[in-house]
Amino acid sequence: MITLRRPEAGPAVPAEPTPHGRRANAIRVEHLDAYYGTHRAIGGVTFDVAAGTVTAIIGPSGCGKSTLVRCINRMHEVTPGAYARGSVFVGDVDVYSPYADPVAVRSIVGMVFQKPNPFPMMSVYENVAAGPRLRGWRLSRREMDDLVERNLLRAALWDEVKDKLHRSGAALSGGQQQRLCIARALATGPSVLLMDEPCSALDPIATYRIEELMRELSREVTIVIVTHNMQQASRVSEFTAFLLAGEDGVGRLVEFGTTEELFTTPKDERTEAYITGRFG
Amino acid sequence: MTSRADRVFAWSVGALALLVPLTLLGIALLLLVDAWPSVARYGLSFLVTTEWDPVKLVFGAGGYVFGTLVTTAIAILLAAPVAIGASVFLVEYAPRLVRGPLAFLIEVLAYIPSIVYGLWGFFVLVPFMRTTVEPALQGTLGGVPLLGALFSGPVVGLDLLTGGLVLAIMILPIILAIAREVVSAVPSAQREGMLALGATRWETVSRAVLPYARAGIVGAAVLGVARAFGETMAVTMVVGNSSTDISPSLFTPGYTLASAIANQFTEADSELYFSAIVEIALVLLLVAIVVNAAARVLIRRTGAAREGMIL
Amino acid sequence: MTVAGATRFVVPESHRVTARRRLAALVMGVLLGAATLLAASLLVVIIGYVVVRGLPALNLAFFTDRPRPFGVEGGGVAPAILGSLEMGAIAALIAVPIGLGAAIFASEYRAGRWAGAVRFCAELIAGLPSVAVGVFVWAFLVRSVIGSYAGVAGALALAVIMIPIVARTVEEVLRLVPSGLREAGLALGAPRWRVILMIVLPTARAGIVTAVVLAVARAAGETAPLMLTALGNVFFNFDPLRPMAALPLQIYQYAVSPYDDWHAKAWGSSLVLVAAIAVLAVSLRLVTRSRSR
Repeated sequence: MITLRRPEAGPAVPAEPTPHGRRANAIRVEHLDAYYGTHRAIGGVTFDVAAGTVTAIIGPSGCGKSTLVRCINRMHEVTPGAYARGSVFVGDVDVYSPYADPVAVRSIVGMVFQKPNPFPMMSVYENVAAGPRLRGWRLSRREMDDLVERNLLRAALWDEVKDKLHRSGAALSGGQQQRLCIARALATGPSVLLMDEPCSALDPIATYRIEELMRELSREVTIVIVTHNMQQASRVSEFTAFLLAGEDGVGRLVEFGTTEELFTTPKDERTEAYITGRFG
Repeated sequence: MTSRADRVFAWSVGALALLVPLTLLGIALLLLVDAWPSVARYGLSFLVTTEWDPVKLVFGAGGYVFGTLVTTAIAILLAAPVAIGASVFLVEYAPRLVRGPLAFLIEVLAYIPSIVYGLWGFFVLVPFMRTTVEPALQGTLGGVPLLGALFSGPVVGLDLLTGGLVLAIMILPIILAIAREVVSAVPSAQREGMLALGATRWETVSRAVLPYARAGIVGAAVLGVARAFGETMAVTMVVGNSSTDISPSLFTPGYTLASAIANQFTEADSELYFSAIVEIALVLLLVAIVVNAAARVLIRRTGAAREGMIL
Repeated sequence: MTVAGATRFVVPESHRVTARRRLAALVMGVLLGAATLLAASLLVVIIGYVVVRGLPALNLAFFTDRPRPFGVEGGGVAPAILGSLEMGAIAALIAVPIGLGAAIFASEYRAGRWAGAVRFCAELIAGLPSVAVGVFVWAFLVRSVIGSYAGVAGALALAVIMIPIVARTVEEVLRLVPSGLREAGLALGAPRWRVILMIVLPTARAGIVTAVVLAVARAAGETAPLMLTALGNVFFNFDPLRPMAALPLQIYQYAVSPYDDWHAKAWGSSLVLVAAIAVLAVSLRLVTRSRSR
């Protein structure tokens, strides 16, 4: 059960971490196919993501790993001509139910993109407040200040920006911008955070800080991270999914398991070939 | 190693290119020289006094300035919202199949000569305004205090309101084409960032796309203002050209700066009369330079792909 | 918690999309669509009028005969068509070298600040009110050098209007030439000027030609500057030193006349002008498009 507190109830703490049972599934993906027009990008992908864990999706370029995470919050279909078949559950929310509203799906799942994309016409503060404001949460000035501060703290950014809350979000460094985007995504208290190669545009030090942050955050939110960097996957994740495009160009899930197993004793020879650097 | 021939070629290309700024400078200087008698005699009061009498040799362009400001204001108020709304629709909402052809059609329409808009305005819009729109405006809003003054007086169709309307139709495709470029230049990461926060499409447009594109959209509108300000033929044919009085009624058959030049240039039989008309041209020139420069800077700031597109 | 068979879509209330947000999205979508429809239909209406009223005026005499005296039906606008062509051609002779030079300067010698300054000036010239250009040419040529209204004065006014169009459009076309071609030429040891003349310009030839013709067509639609320079003429005249007819001038003169036959000819002339511009714009687009792919 995903728990999202209403801000009206008691003190406004919509983003307060919720203890999850370790065994509960935060995400379930079943027989997922995703298309761009007539081209099938991924086919028949099925796996579960345990709540409160970090799960990495790895694979060579073009295997559909970004497409896969974008299907989880229905961002995939934003691309003209793109659509998906199959089912995805986030907690007990049926993302591809005929009654589902993609806008509502996106508001219960946070997402961080490859390149940091703070809104440049908004201040640091407004960037974090953007989600709550979209939803029309009626927060007092104080409550909003608290919410912004708390989420900047969660994103390990508060100390660096507390004196420039009202400057443009675009004035920060690349790594800071990405952490601002994480704070922005956390501000509405999602149970799941999707990260699409969040460090690929960052230098090693900024990358290190984000990886550290992911480990801390995973106690509160379930994280799915797409990465082309196997070291990163092994550093931050507990579970790993390996995706590979077949000769038909369709990306399929080759292997899913704990990160330790997958990197030390892979069951599939293609996984072994990939992690030992023989292709990709 | 740069050869001699290379240098010769580079210099000749550079010299040809230099003719471009020289042309601009030449136009400004010659107009200034010819306008000087009037500039020296009237100073800034030329722009605010409204008596324009070639017989008594008294020239004040205030009435023309007023007519230009009124028609330009009507044009931009009507055209900008429609053009900006349509540009957003074309980029953010329209299916890909219709987006290209529709955008291209509008770009072609921006190329249509102003005389054609004038012809259409004169034969189609003016009668329609006289028989339908203006009586209706007068009938409904004419009795309202203050607002009614805008719609008072005899209804002829050839007036500032019709002039502004023709201008609005004329600058609509221009603003639309540039605003479309500007909105297209907004990075998709901005849209996705807002969508992923759980925004509806309109919220994505209003909170991410439009703020990002703001400078360029303002630039597009300013370019529309510049065009409306200096436009001659389309306005000349429908604006009336008979009264230099400043009256609140939009039904005044007024003049604009440009239509005054077109109507009176060949009649200027004395040096001062001629000089006064050239001063009007000089005013148009200076305003055009300032406004265009501002618009280009604004559009460039948003990094629109074809920021230099000439329409 | 059960997942299987869950088809209801339940999201915590704080994260539901409120009816107000949905309504706002719907209303704004409709409004934006309506704006597009309004813009498109206005423009369709204008083109429609030009076609419907212009077509009946077109016949052989329209293209071959000269205007008749006041009140006499028949005749055509041949002097105006020829005058527009002649002034367009002379204007091109003046404007193309300058525009091309500016384009090559801006695109091939990206000399930073200078290229930017030339481009900026071109944009400012493009933004000048055309009537002011007419006043300039009148003062520059008509008043003293020639001493009368003349076709060549009209051509100069049109040239001033064409220069920025040629400069900017050709610059865009030149930018579509792959830089690999330039580098290949330079790597063969060819000097830069030969690379530009032998490789870059020929590669972009179709685009340049169309850009120039489009600029002529755009300038040929100008009326106000010609009123102050070429004046107009109801007789055939090819002498550029004497007053010359032009299509836009003919449209204006016929439009403000009291005769129905002349009004029809004004619409016919407009149709010819608009059709020429549309054809050229379409071909320019086809050229730049095939190049950019």
